[in-house]
Amino acid sequence: MGVGQLPTTEFNDEELDEYPESHLGPVPRPGGEDMIQLLDAEGRRHDHPVFGAYAEALDAEKLRGFYRDMAVVRRFDQEATALQRQGQLALWVPLTGQEAAQIGSGHATLPEDFIFPTYREHGVALTRGMDLAQLLSLFRGVSHGGWDPREKNFNVYTLVLAAQVLHAVGYAMGIQRDRKAALARGEQPEDAAVVAYYGDGASSEGDVHESMVFAASYQAPVVFFCQNNHWAISVPTVTQTKVPLAHRAQGYGFPGIRVDGNDVLAVHAVTQWALDRARRGEGPVLIEAFTYRLGAHTTADDPTKYRPGSEEEQWRAKDPLTRLEAYLKAEGLADEAFFDDVARQGQELADHVRETVLALQAPTLEEAFQHVYAQAHPLVQEELRWYQEYEAGFVTEQQSAEG
Amino acid sequence: MSTQTFTLPDVGEGLTEAEIVSWKVKVGDTVAINDVLCEIETAKSLVELPSPYAGTVTALLVPEGQTVEVGTPIISVGSGADDAALAPAAPAAAPQEAAQPAAAAQDDFKPVHGTLVADTEQGAGPLADTEQGAGPLVGSGPKADAVKRRARKAPAGVAPAVPAASTPAPAARSQAAPSQAPAAVVVPSAASSDDERHGLGGALSGLVNRVLAKPPVRKIARDLGIDLALVTPTGARGEVTREDLVSYQAQREAEVAQSGSFWGASAKSQERRIERIPVKGVRKATAKAMVDSAFQAPHVSIFVDIDASRTMEFVQRLKKSRDFEGIKVSPLLILAKAVIWAAARNPSVNSEWVSTPEGDEIHVKHYMNLGIAAATPRGLLVPNIKDAQDLSLKELAIALNELATTARSGKTKPADMQGGTLTVTNVGALGIDTGTPIINPGEVAIVAFGTIKQKPWVVSGEVIPRWITTLGGSFDHRVVDGDLSARFMADVAAIMEEPALLLD
Repeated sequence: MGVGQLPTTEFNDEELDEYPESHLGPVPRPGGEDMIQLLDAEGRRHDHPVFGAYAEALDAEKLRGFYRDMAVVRRFDQEATALQRQGQLALWVPLTGQEAAQIGSGHATLPEDFIFPTYREHGVALTRGMDLAQLLSLFRGVSHGGWDPREKNFNVYTLVLAAQVLHAVGYAMGIQRDRKAALARGEQPEDAAVVAYYGDGASSEGDVHESMVFAASYQAPVVFFCQNNHWAISVPTVTQTKVPLAHRAQGYGFPGIRVDGNDVLAVHAVTQWALDRARRGEGPVLIEAFTYRLGAHTTADDPTKYRPGSEEEQWRAKDPLTRLEAYLKAEGLADEAFFDDVARQGQELADHVRETVLALQAPTLEEAFQHVYAQAHPLVQEELRWYQEYEAGFVTEQQSAEG
Repeated sequence: MSTQTFTLPDVGEGLTEAEIVSWKVKVGDTVAINDVLCEIETAKSLVELPSPYAGTVTALLVPEGQTVEVGTPIISVGSGADDAALAPAAPAAAPQEAAQPAAAAQDDFKPVHGTLVADTEQGAGPLADTEQGAGPLVGSGPKADAVKRRARKAPAGVAPAVPAASTPAPAARSQAAPSQAPAAVVVPSAASSDDERHGLGGALSGLVNRVLAKPPVRKIARDLGIDLALVTPTGARGEVTREDLVSYQAQREAEVAQSGSFWGASAKSQERRIERIPVKGVRKATAKAMVDSAFQAPHVSIFVDIDASRTMEFVQRLKKSRDFEGIKVSPLLILAKAVIWAAARNPSVNSEWVSTPEGDEIHVKHYMNLGIAAATPRGLLVPNIKDAQDLSLKELAIALNELATTARSGKTKPADMQGGTLTVTNVGALGIDTGTPIINPGEVAIVAFGTIKQKPWVVSGEVIPRWITTLGGSFDHRVVDGDLSARFMADVAAIMEEPALLLD
């Protein structure tokens, strides 16, 4: 996006003329009132007039891939938690319970789409082809980010609640302008969309409201993917909202769909539907993935202090992995060898992550000078030289040993 | 091969210490990476620590029940063949035991919160070599690494005398090097209690019995010294609410009925017959202050019985007066006023013994920060009323009320307790006649106010019932001689006998 396409006082006249007051009308509701579910907790398939077709299109290989990714990322989650308990990470944000919401939605994205994650989207990172060990440098405190967001179109983790939702809408508006510029040059524009991940807690932030207003006004190609894991640390969703979160989209004028967030097939179908729609220029969609955080908010949290174990048990019965495993076995799509192989792959990843993390070194202060400006800057260069001189002024350990 | 030591990590954000609740391994056990070593309780939660090393446990460095700082070595694990010989127990038995929690936790990738899947291939782990470069991250919170001062190079031209004490030796590291000796410190001998925990499913122990309550409620409970487990929860999810605490506290104050179950403990197992209470917080501070005071200041204590009937009448009149409407008035108010009045006539009781390099000094304070000893849920606190000499009777009454309310709700700030010049302790509130008080450090006098009750008293040769109380006082004899302490006490007594003298 060049300077020429930066947002001005947008809405040129013709566009405004297309939207008289009378355009205000009912918003399409492909999901209806119900929660979309294609695979229930017992592993039985259900059909749906709109979304069923998306699940039909998945072959056995794809389904096994979904399972493998969910199982592998859960094993990764356990290893990262262990590393934190062993003092190797300052903090860890576990995802266990939310695998289907993340793997299903992540697999619905295309490489050219851009993802704005929170700090818990390890599953999405896996579907984007990220090396999961990279995620841990932030949590080890040796990096402010850990990766180049442009490599996999996967933004760095955002720790400020809901801030990334604004970024996502801004990025989506940028895509619109790039599109316009490409068409003006007579080129074929790239159809890409953006996914903004956030949670039920962040949904109470003003940033989300602003984002939705702008996304609706500009019909930006963005999918708001809200993982409703029921607990904003210790505050339950019932405190945060009096209507299903998906209903909020109605107020902004775009579709809102509640999907069973523990059903990887439904999540995948709904996300694919929403992304297709966004890429076609039909505007944003809010997806509320109805799921549950089975573990702690972070390793610094203890959920047993504010919620009963019985609630966790209820959700454990809806485990996203168990139901897909049951389905794969019932349909004869996977054998024991496959599941053994998945376990092995999980262990391999865990070993790789452990090895990589333990080898991560703290950065030197010199590296801080590299990230102030994109290009060399005289003042920063001067300060760097001063710093290097200052550092060189110390007796080295070797010298002092000799003395 | 080498022995590796696991130091207590900061498992929350910025925690400084944790208690070792229970060991899940013993010396000689073989552990794999991520096998649960122990359960610890931090200010935030109860968590299990998985092993970062594979090998044989050579020593448990901290006993169960002890609270240690983050960074303290807690366990040594030897790796390699040599250590197998060290292990006293037959290694053959060990893997079985280790496999048990692993299997429980495995359960098809369904981890209990805080439980970790142990490696299926025991002892797998490419990490031993990478260890050196990356020690555990310790102290990501407020307790940061100590600042190391590095030596500067000598400026050019000056003789290159390299300072000898340049880099501080990595003392922590060498200390951490585990000697075999501490192995004797703990041997989790009680096989019975061990089994008990395993029986509960290891990971679940402690979790199932946790009480639900939101953090603010937990804080109130802590401030009030209430064990949440004892409170009947009425919250929607079975959590303890603020209201539950309030009613529990009211009930607790009404009946000190726990005494009924106290001796019941004797029926319990031998180790429960003695309840071990770690000395910390206010208890620790009180103990130190009392020992310091008792051993540094030679105490002399004197007592006087007084007829406080007029004080009682005065208090009654104040209670009825419109000016004091809504203000709690008690005989303590008159005593406080009496102490301030008497101190002005005998200033050396309101002073401090100060040792300086040039010699000892007595600092006489021309102001009165009147300390009131208060039994609070947190323990004994002595907040003081600053510049009490400037307060009118009414202002003093208000200040006393505020002080008591703040102390009772556990909100007394450290600043409220500093800079006291003289203390009053109201032992009478508990129905005690008098006692020998110990001087608050930094002061030289303390007055104990006994209970006021009707006793036979001789007035003009006749025995009649009067309101009698006993005043006790302790004085630092380095500063206050017997005659002076006697005069001070007599002055206080005079006011209590005839409050009208305050008009003097």
